[in-house]
Amino acid sequence: MNEAGALIVAAILVIPALGAAVLALVQDDRKGAWLNAFISFLTFGCALALLVERPAPGPFLIVDDLNVVFIILSTLVGFTTSVFSASYIAHELETGHLTHAYLRFYHAMYQMLMFGMNLALLSNNVGLMWVAVELATLTTVVMVGIYRTPAALEAAWKYFLLGSVGIALALFGTILVYLAARSVVGEGLDAMAWSVLVANAHNFDPAFLNLAFVFLLLGYGTKVGLVPLHAWLPDAHAEGPTPISAVLSGLLLNVALFAVLRFKSIMSANPAALAPGPLMVTLGLLSVVFASFMLYRRQDIKRLFAYSSIEHMGIITFAFGMGGTLANFAGLLHMALHSLTKSAIFFCVGHIAQVKGTQRMADIRGLTVSHPVLGWSLGLGVVAIAGLPPMGLFMTEFLIVTSTFARAPVLAMVLGLSLVVALGALLLRLNGLAFGEPDGRSDPTKASFLPVGLHFGLVLAAGIWLPPGLVAWFQYVATLLN
Amino acid sequence: MIAPLALDIAHLFAGGLVLVSFMLLYQDRMTGLINTFALHALVVSLSVAWQAYIQHAPHLYITAAIALGIKAMVIPIALHRIIVRLGIHRTIEPVVGIGLTMLAGIGLIALSIMVMLPITAQAGTLAREDLSFALSVILLGLLMMISRRNAVSQVIGFLSIENGLILAATGAKGMPLVVEISVAFSILVALIVIGIFLFRIRERFETVDIHRLHEHRGEQP
Repeated sequence: MNEAGALIVAAILVIPALGAAVLALVQDDRKGAWLNAFISFLTFGCALALLVERPAPGPFLIVDDLNVVFIILSTLVGFTTSVFSASYIAHELETGHLTHAYLRFYHAMYQMLMFGMNLALLSNNVGLMWVAVELATLTTVVMVGIYRTPAALEAAWKYFLLGSVGIALALFGTILVYLAARSVVGEGLDAMAWSVLVANAHNFDPAFLNLAFVFLLLGYGTKVGLVPLHAWLPDAHAEGPTPISAVLSGLLLNVALFAVLRFKSIMSANPAALAPGPLMVTLGLLSVVFASFMLYRRQDIKRLFAYSSIEHMGIITFAFGMGGTLANFAGLLHMALHSLTKSAIFFCVGHIAQVKGTQRMADIRGLTVSHPVLGWSLGLGVVAIAGLPPMGLFMTEFLIVTSTFARAPVLAMVLGLSLVVALGALLLRLNGLAFGEPDGRSDPTKASFLPVGLHFGLVLAAGIWLPPGLVAWFQYVATLLN
Repeated sequence: MIAPLALDIAHLFAGGLVLVSFMLLYQDRMTGLINTFALHALVVSLSVAWQAYIQHAPHLYITAAIALGIKAMVIPIALHRIIVRLGIHRTIEPVVGIGLTMLAGIGLIALSIMVMLPITAQAGTLAREDLSFALSVILLGLLMMISRRNAVSQVIGFLSIENGLILAATGAKGMPLVVEISVAFSILVALIVIGIFLFRIRERFETVDIHRLHEHRGEQP
């Protein structure tokens, strides 16, 4: 039984790694794009198989109830983004933004990124996870700079510098965790394995853990995009290829948050250590408030939604920081739905930027008239991301705010107000983008709306009716996080 | 138990690394900066080799060799070539004055000792001082990254942070090899990225001053 599980886990890691090598060699562009989608689909299939079979935890890899959620989400969005990428990239080639050599490089890096993220999610070793997150970061740095325009280079450079500082802080925190564990567990691999760390955390020296968590929160928090460590995020989203913006917002931020959650559970297992909740609540709330006001001043459509990602990562961090079964449940669901919604929005935004030839919002008007499907999809996405019913994010935001009201009314007020501020900004922008008289350049769309439809369908379904099995599963994970 | 003399030598190397980090802060010539960084890497490799000896951990020699070969030789040579080709071997433009940076550096070292020493009381003498030295090196590296405008100096700041991390990782006795390999690996990968970036930046602007990049932004935050 366990052998099958081990095989599945190996497949999830090996398929993207091999895929990257193969894609680097494929000469034909269309073939490369569809092969990329096919490889991502295979990985997704293997991830689904984890629901049935899972291996026993080893010294390096682990599959537990928490990371299964993340892996399935990650591979699903990875697959749909690769489908979107195929139609997006075809257009980029036509307009000459990318050359053939760069395209091969792009596809190989895409699978490399998937490999890095899957490894980070599956790793049972804090050191291995750090390596995987760093790998994912470096591949995205290269991808952000792939257009080689001055703005893209600046974004990539900024991302690289801030990302590596963050990752350096995280490594220092990881070393401190090892030192805290060493005196209890003994030297060697065991002192770096999650499963061992969590089981023994109550004996660790609390002072060590406190210091470690501060470094880890700041380090991985940089990658989550929490204010005041967010400066790389809007630039990286705006200047890279749109499929990468979708993957960054939808997946990579989650992976970093997942790392924070893992360390949070170690902290919570030690009663003498600092409570991690208030730190996360503070950073999360700061991000929500800051980002929701910053939404008003944006002029670039991709930057707008990048700030919205900061806002939502803030909400999720806030929810996990508050803790408790209900807030954890809502946070987890919010994370999943935000990934689906935000990546779908970026799919729309990518096509919009291509048909209009610009990312400046002032130059984009009347999309519902000129491109009805695209315009209404964007409208639906904005309704979802702003947290309006009937979409799923309404329910999760409602749960987070109400569960906070019972415990800390002041925080709930601040959170609720910021959500309303963000809603105002998003609807204001949507009004300009989607309605009115269309003007400017307007090419016909050659987009595939399958990924967008799938994502919005799932988000809508989650808002109306969640399958009881899914609810029970998420509730169980939420209690685990306590 | 480790002999007092062995411990003293370990501290000498770790303390020396902090000192060289300080020297990086006040370099006002590009060539001087790169040479000082080579010294930084040399000290870190000596420190790691000494740790390998006193901890009887032969795998640490690999880390020491990597630090010596790549960071003390290959990278400085490559950086020398880059600055000569770009014609920036004379100038360094600090954002704030050197004196102020030095003062901030002293403050950071005091901070890291105040933070680390009380906490690490149980971690054993070796790890204890090494960690506070390592944190000092990391913080000084961060200070250097924010107080310099030039891309090459920022890269050197980043690499000195990596050296501090190696010091911390080797000070933590018995830490599995995964981390050493990862650190070395990350340096290599980071270098490739850096190289690509430096050359691309050169291609487009004829300068590696990060401030010039800001002019190309579509939007101010």
